[in-house]
This record gives sequence, C-alpha cells and structure tokens, in this order.
Amino acid sequence: MIELTNVTKRFGTTTAVDNISFSVNKGEVVGFLGPNGAGKSTTMRVITCYLPQDEGEVTVSGYNVFENSLQIRKKIGYLPESTPLYLDMEVTEFLKYIAEIRGIPSDVKKKNLNKMVEVCGLTKVIGKDIGELSKGFKQRVGLAQAMIHDPELLVLDEPTIGLDPNQIVEIRELIKQLGEEKTIILSTHILPEVTATCSRVIIINEGKIAAQGTPDELTSQAKGEFIIFALIRGNPDDVKSRISEMDNVLESRLIAGKGDSLNSYRLKSKKDVSEDLFHLVSSNGWSLAELRKETLSLEDVFTKITTQ
Amino acid sequence: MRNTLAVFKKEYKTYFNTPIAYIIITVFLLITNWLFYKGFFLINQATMRSFFGSMPWIFLFFVPAITMRLWAEEKRSGAIELIMTLPLKDIEVILGKYLASLVFLIITILLTLSIPITLSYMGEPDNGPIIGGYLGIIFLGSAYLAIGAFISSLTKNQIIAFILSIAVCFGLFIVGENIVLMNVPYFIAPFLEYMGLGSHFASISRGVIDTRDIIYYLSIVVFFIYLNIRSVESRKWR
Repeated sequence: MIELTNVTKRFGTTTAVDNISFSVNKGEVVGFLGPNGAGKSTTMRVITCYLPQDEGEVTVSGYNVFENSLQIRKKIGYLPESTPLYLDMEVTEFLKYIAEIRGIPSDVKKKNLNKMVEVCGLTKVIGKDIGELSKGFKQRVGLAQAMIHDPELLVLDEPTIGLDPNQIVEIRELIKQLGEEKTIILSTHILPEVTATCSRVIIINEGKIAAQGTPDELTSQAKGEFIIFALIRGNPDDVKSRISEMDNVLESRLIAGKGDSLNSYRLKSKKDVSEDLFHLVSSNGWSLAELRKETLSLEDVFTKITTQ
Repeated sequence: MRNTLAVFKKEYKTYFNTPIAYIIITVFLLITNWLFYKGFFLINQATMRSFFGSMPWIFLFFVPAITMRLWAEEKRSGAIELIMTLPLKDIEVILGKYLASLVFLIITILLTLSIPITLSYMGEPDNGPIIGGYLGIIFLGSAYLAIGAFISSLTKNQIIAFILSIAVCFGLFIVGENIVLMNVPYFIAPFLEYMGLGSHFASISRGVIDTRDIIYYLSIVVFFIYLNIRSVESRKWR
C-alpha cells in the first residue's frame, strides 16, 4: 500500500531522512520506532503529502505523492504530532467541518460523527471549544478527525503522547481494533506500545533504517544468542565442565554460590538448550532448583541498535 | 466549489467566534462616523465626498487587520499541517479565505449605511455618487484584501503581516500620487499614475463608474491571489 524508494529529505544542511526504502502492505499495523530527531515525523509528512522529498519516490496505493496528491489525501487519515486543531471551534463544529471537506454525504455525516464521538470518548466535551480541552481530549479530537471518513490508511504520529495511562490503554485498544480492518502506520518512542499493537516494526535512527521485522524477529535477531540461568545443586567443578561440553553452548559461567553445593550458572548458547540442560542435570544425579531464560526485550534491542 | 464554500463558512465563522469581528467593526464605525460628522456640519452639504475620500487611508489600517490572521495564524498554530493534508486544492483554501474576508469587509462597510440614511432625512443627497462611492470602496477594499491575504501567507507572525500589508498597500497607493509623480522622470509618470490605487478611486468616489477602474481593481485582486497561490504552493517545490 505504501512504498518508499530511496527517499531523502534535507532541511538545509541537515539530512533528516537518508535514502530510506520500505513498504507497508495492506492490513498491516506498522510501528515506526526511533529516538527523537530520527526522522519519523518527517517520513510521515512525506507520505501524507505535506512535505516534498528531495530524492526518491513515494507511492500510496499506486498514487504518486507529487502527481496524485489529492487522491492520496482522500485515502489517508492523518494525526500529526503537534495535534493541530482549530482552537476556537467547538468540538462537533470542527468535526462537521472536516466531514464536509472529506466529502462525506450528509446522511452518513451525522452517523459517522456520532460514531467518532462514541469511539473516541468525546461525549463529555461536546459543546466545548477545542482550545479549552486538556491535551488528552485534544488528542482524541485529533484521532476523531483522522478517522471520521473511515480511511483505508491511518498515519498516526505519536498517538499516545501526553495521554494518561488509562487513556493510553484505551487508544491502544482502539488502534488494535482498527488494525484488524485498516492499514495503520504509527510512530512512537514508547516501546511497549509497539509490542502491544504492531505486527511489524521499523527502527529508524539518524534518518536511516536500522532494523525491520516483527517484534519477535527483532528480539531474537538482536539476541543471536540465548541466555539461560540455572540454579544447580552439585559439585561446581563437575557441573561447570559438563555444561561447557554440551552441544551449542558458547560459554558458561559460575555466578554466585548460595552455599554448599547450590550454585547459579549462566549459559550463553546458540540455540535454546534448556531441555538439554535439564536432562544433563537429571542424568548426573544433580538437582535443578531454578531454570530461567533471559529474554531480550525490545527496549534492549532498541538501545543496542540506536547507540551503536 | 463545495470545498471552497466549506472553507469560506468556517473562516467567516471564525471572525465572529472571536472578538476580532466585533472590535474591528466597532472601532471602524466609531472612527468613520466621527471623522465624517466632525466636518459635516461645517460643510453644510448632504454629501459623502469626505467619507469616501478618507476611505483609502482608513482601509490602510483596517484591512491589514482583517487579513493578518488569514494565513499567519494557521502557520503559527500548526493547523496548516492539518489543512494541507486534507483533500483540498490550494485554490479552494485560498479563495475560501479571501471570500470570507471580503464578505466580512462588505458587512462592515454596509454598517456605515447609517450615514446616507441620516443624510436623506437631513437633506437631499445625490444618490448616484453615494452608490458609486460605496461600490468604489468595495472595489478598493477587495484590492487591499488581496494584498493583505498574500502577505499573510508569507509569514508566521501576524504583526509582521499587518505592518508589511500596510507598507505594500501604502506603497501601491502613494506611487500614483502627485508627491511621487513630481519627482520621477517625465515619461514614467503616467505609468505610475495608472498603477496607483488612488487615481482609480477618484472617479468612483464622484459616482462615475469607469470600466477602466473596475478592470484595474479586479486585476490587482487576480494578481495578488495568483501570488497567494504561488506562495502556498511553494512548500511543495523541491
């Protein structure tokens, strides 16, 4: 649905987006992850036809952002990072205005409006001017205007920023629900959000794509290795030598003794050897008090990639 | 067309949703009425010549006040990112905003009809020049509005938009006045006189509607709206 090929965007001497290429397929929920200033918002602005790229091509549903900008804008619902809204308009007045510009026929307009109010939780603030609302509600109004025309593609730039924990959960649930029917690309630097809502992640750093894949792929990619902690009762020297002889074990270490012969060991292996370890322990007559796999979270992946 | 109307309605409502409209209208009416009646009883004639004659100068300040927020506010608040990613053509937004400011100006002008109405009670004013005068100031105003709207699209800062609009409108006005014409080479003078906003206003204020003047004002409007389109498009230039 979205195709970016060798896209570069510069602001004066700064290269915000540096020769990136990626695609988003129909029905995917893609998370755009990166530190501040990585180029996430700029990329989104290029996709939504707000900014022109300096090099490269961008197409949305086959339409080119330069030649068919109007058609693209019709298909997209966009929530910019700064949540720009008309502060002196009342909530429903604003949504009606957007609905009119989006060309929603009058009989459907009221229905969509009510649906948006319900789905985005705006019932409490009807009648108020947008300028009077709290950040969270402004965000919801922004989301409502992005969805009111039931677009195929939603581009959300930091949709949960500034929201309180309850609101964040609600919006994430909403995004998940929407993701079942629509194509969504969202950007964030809140990592749990990505694991909670996205089917695919693109990590961008300093204008370049640092990594791509499903959250699982990324965590095991960055791992490249499996780590196991085990608490084993047995002669430490025996245990250590037998463990290092195991297949696929890269290294093993005795960490700390808990007194007598109960010690913790840390193994690094190429594959998941937890079951082999269990068999080793039982066949030698030792006992296994604790077996734990260390999982590399997306946070670790992110830090690793972006601080390289 | 439908989109232009939607933008127009929204912009028009914005004028009245905020104090802008009320303050501008009130101060405008106070100043124009005061200036008119100040000299009215001395002249002792049921004529609105002085009223119309002062308009180019009064508009010089009021029209930029009307147009300064048209684009500068969008850019400053970031709402421009919203409006430019909606399926609107640039021309629809530009025309919608311009028309809203024009209708607002016309309403403000029509509110001064209290003057000719009062005059018709006090004496026998000549209706021709009065109607002509009102038409003339509407044309003059629409030209100033087009200039102001264009300048507003160049900056984020409303105050800069305001002052720059005054400067350009003033420049365009003074270029056709004697004070400038006296000091330029002989062969340029007629050209400059034609360019000046003031010279085209003189006939209309006497009630003479000359098609040359109408064409002039419409050309100014079209020219500056064209510049406005270019300026809004410029963000898309590679």
